[in-house]
Amino acid sequence: MSNRRTALYDRHVALKARVVPFAGWDMPVQYAGIAAEHKAVRTAAGLFDVSHMARLSFGGPDALALLEKVFTNSVATMKDGQVRYGLVCNEAGGILDDILVYRWPYGFAAVVNASNRAKICAWLEAHRAGLSVEIQDQTDGTTMIALQGPRSVEIVAGLFDADVSALKYYFATPTRYQGKGCVVSRTGYTGEDGFEVMLPNALGPTLWDELLARGAAPCGLGARDTLRLEAAMPLYGHELNEQTDPIRAGLGWAVKFDKGDFIGRDALKQVSGPVRVGLELEGTRAAREGCPILAPDAAPVGTVTSGSFAPWLGKSIAMGYVPRELAAPGTRLLVDARGTHLPAAVVPLPFYRRPKETA
Amino acid sequence: MSAANPTDRRYTTSHEWAKPDGDFVVVGITAFAVEQLTEPTFLELPAVGKELTGGAAFGVIESVKSTSDVNAPVAGVVVERNEVLLDDKATGRKADLSPVNDDPFGRGWMLKLRPAAGGSLDHLLTAEQYDAQLAAEGH
Repeated sequence: MSNRRTALYDRHVALKARVVPFAGWDMPVQYAGIAAEHKAVRTAAGLFDVSHMARLSFGGPDALALLEKVFTNSVATMKDGQVRYGLVCNEAGGILDDILVYRWPYGFAAVVNASNRAKICAWLEAHRAGLSVEIQDQTDGTTMIALQGPRSVEIVAGLFDADVSALKYYFATPTRYQGKGCVVSRTGYTGEDGFEVMLPNALGPTLWDELLARGAAPCGLGARDTLRLEAAMPLYGHELNEQTDPIRAGLGWAVKFDKGDFIGRDALKQVSGPVRVGLELEGTRAAREGCPILAPDAAPVGTVTSGSFAPWLGKSIAMGYVPRELAAPGTRLLVDARGTHLPAAVVPLPFYRRPKETA
Repeated sequence: MSAANPTDRRYTTSHEWAKPDGDFVVVGITAFAVEQLTEPTFLELPAVGKELTGGAAFGVIESVKSTSDVNAPVAGVVVERNEVLLDDKATGRKADLSPVNDDPFGRGWMLKLRPAAGGSLDHLLTAEQYDAQLAAEGH
């Protein structure tokens, strides 16, 4: 079976990206190199094709009711144009996906992980019984581009009919690009300021070219992964899966027990078990996903879920799950990297926080 | 990937090279391997005097994205290491992996071996065969 290709595929090939299969898509993993792309996003601006992420729209009188039922965060308290992060859980509190919900005057939208698209669509289908809601999967007809980094505002100036620089963090606006409707949000997955744009496929390559011409560096999934790791953002299939839950994953802030009932609520009230922590390692050797985390006496106490040499911080960092009593910052642990025990310490998350703008 | 693999040495299917140097063999990884790794961040090499088994892993190379074994093209004893690529615990000097990145066939060499008695490089790929392997893998 061949993989899907985004509307920007030819651009990636022309830019000599290394293209790899990812969640059923052929996606660029890197262009110039992960470290260079990573640093471009921290210091200037990087451009990502994130068209593989699934985009769903919700209409009808019961759209709000369906979303409140399947989403751990509150939807009713969102303002028009607001974007909110939260989880979709099963009855046991296991995480089916982490998603962004958008609220519009006329309905809602959600961005879902590519790897969970079919699962989430089936879940919504299974829980819409008796509700009057229309769900459309708009993924195939649209392109999604993320522009990330401190130069993002300057790069998008004048491109859209709306003044998107006025958007607050985690807000979005419908606007127009070259006369066609699109959505621009002040969101991203890198720890930097930036925008994500959803627009018709026919205009995807045009916007991509224009943003590159204005100085954004093309970036692949490799840099996206190291950037989100430094920002301590969890990734589905790594930090998040059906065997863990939002509370232990450190996402309790995105679970609103007081909003009323939602799927998984009762189970989430009584979870216990290992929790997500950040680790900083001595030396430059990296801890990789699956490496055992050990107590100082070498007893296994957990597992690494993501780990890399962090290109911007210049040190080796990792996330993983350990028992709550070993989760306090400063706790000394070891990571077993192919038999070598690397000293590590629990550190507060995120590893990287972007500097506050100076007025 | 240009077919610029030097013809003065032999290659493994796992992208190491072995170059005869008098009674010794110098070992490193190919430009293709470096390109696949991108930006090495850490290298672990065996101590001088260590006996290596041909075809078996002797070290580990890490990049931002991955951790890979480095394999011995031939059996032998380590007589010298490229110390630039390694941390020097005595002086506190940090490893510099840029030679592997910039000049993998030259300054980025890793080990010098004394091959085991009767050892030869004949079982390894020629540059031409290695080029053909890369082409067959679609690079």
